[in-house]
Amino acid sequence: MSNSVPPSTSQQVSLWRRLTDWGATGFAILAAILVLVPLLAIFIYLVIKGIGSINWAFLTQTPKPPGEVGGGMANGIVGTGLILCVASVIGVPLGIGSGIYLAEYGRNRFGDVIRFTADVLNGVPSIVIGITVYSLIVVRQKHFSAFSGGVALGIMMIPTVARATEEMLLMVPNMIREAAYGLGIPRWRTTLSITLRTASAGVITGCMLAFARVAGETAPLLFTAFGNQFWNLKLNQPTAALSLQVFTYAISPYDDWHKQAWAGALILILLIVGAVAAVRIVTARGRLKGA
Amino acid sequence: MGVGIEVRGLNAWYGKNQSLNSIDMTVPANHVTAVIGPSGCGKSTFVRCLNRMHETIPEARAEGSVKVGEMDVYGDGSDPVEVRRRIGMVFQKPNPFPTMSIFDNVAAGLKLNGFRNRKQLHELVERSLKLAALWDEVKDTLHKKSGASLSGGQQQRLCIARALAVEPEVLLMDEPASALDPISTSKIEELIFQLKQHYTVVIVTHNMQQAARVAELTGFFLMGSLIEYDKTEKIFTTPADKRTEDYVTGRFG
Repeated sequence: MSNSVPPSTSQQVSLWRRLTDWGATGFAILAAILVLVPLLAIFIYLVIKGIGSINWAFLTQTPKPPGEVGGGMANGIVGTGLILCVASVIGVPLGIGSGIYLAEYGRNRFGDVIRFTADVLNGVPSIVIGITVYSLIVVRQKHFSAFSGGVALGIMMIPTVARATEEMLLMVPNMIREAAYGLGIPRWRTTLSITLRTASAGVITGCMLAFARVAGETAPLLFTAFGNQFWNLKLNQPTAALSLQVFTYAISPYDDWHKQAWAGALILILLIVGAVAAVRIVTARGRLKGA
Repeated sequence: MGVGIEVRGLNAWYGKNQSLNSIDMTVPANHVTAVIGPSGCGKSTFVRCLNRMHETIPEARAEGSVKVGEMDVYGDGSDPVEVRRRIGMVFQKPNPFPTMSIFDNVAAGLKLNGFRNRKQLHELVERSLKLAALWDEVKDTLHKKSGASLSGGQQQRLCIARALAVEPEVLLMDEPASALDPISTSKIEELIFQLKQHYTVVIVTHNMQQAARVAELTGFFLMGSLIEYDKTEKIFTTPADKRTEDYVTGRFG
């Protein structure tokens, strides 16, 4: 018996294969570039338009009265941080919790109902969520607040986090759970310390996606956090937010405010990228060789 | 020390399909007992009933009496979690916890059950890894490497160490070497031979030579029934039942 590979019977076949290979690879590269183009275009345009207005005053001062030149968005940066903290405190635990239920316990009719509800909630326009929180919290408290803004964004985070957590947990092979049960580890412990831990990288990605998505939301904040020209660190007071300020400044008649709107948008994107990168770095630290 | 196992009238179902029919079997302490039979004969189901792993599958259930030492596995008030803590299990495919270090893999069963004494934890991990003949290969990378970074054979020995760390009385092995190469397999077999000094071992195997090499007693399963159960030598040389003879001589299965 000969061990050599039989020679190609036709040069045509191999040429055709090579062409298909080039074609498919070329298409994949082209698609990847097309995905990058809008992202890069937006970012570069933002940098061009906004970088000129970013200075120390912009980062440390509150807005000047309308028409006056100067001032900054420091209160908006802090306000966005405050609102996102509230949103994450609400959205991440509730989202992960319901994701755990869906994956580990919800393989039934009730689970299907929750899954469907989460998908519908994901598709509800953000302004509708804003109005709902307005009528549930703002109207009762009789004033706008950072807290209500955080609640609105938190609600928007829940379905994304929940579905991502569910998908990631379902990807954990069943034999990992069996290994834990076989050691006499109770089911709740297995879910939290084994299954969720195994899926943690994906769950964190899901949380970051949800976070990044709501960080730039403007509509639900219009009648919850409302905006504020001054400093505020209290949860029960109206609060400035970068997205709100960008919106207000962009539709104003003042040139200086238009420039500041660009700068605010650039800062917002940088903050989101920074937060996502920071979480990535912190969570990657504990990773082991070969994990 | 290991304890014996007494199985009486054990039946098991997957939904409406009965997969075990009234099994009676007595497994002596500190022996290796092999369970052989063709695919789908119920041998895996049988060992999974011994530590109540069977019922973790949706719609699966089991009935009958299983006594492990003094413990009534299916008795009133018996807690499956406690049962599994005392009856260790090694699975067909090595399944280390991928995000945990080698040390944490072995310590998992103790830590997650609230074991907090760090010094003793270290001793138990070292002892278990030595028992599983893996210590020398991993002692320098205990905390640095993930359990998933080891080779298949090492992973399986890690899983054995992990099962031993919780100090069970019985060790169930469900085809522990079927996914391994011959060298890893012989290491595992050697290990099984050592383990019987401390534990009662029940091993499911597809490989009849393996049963003949490691086990003192062998049970032959066919279509959910225990056909014959005797000294290994007897099963492989002068079986009492025609079906056993057909199987061990390779006429079917």
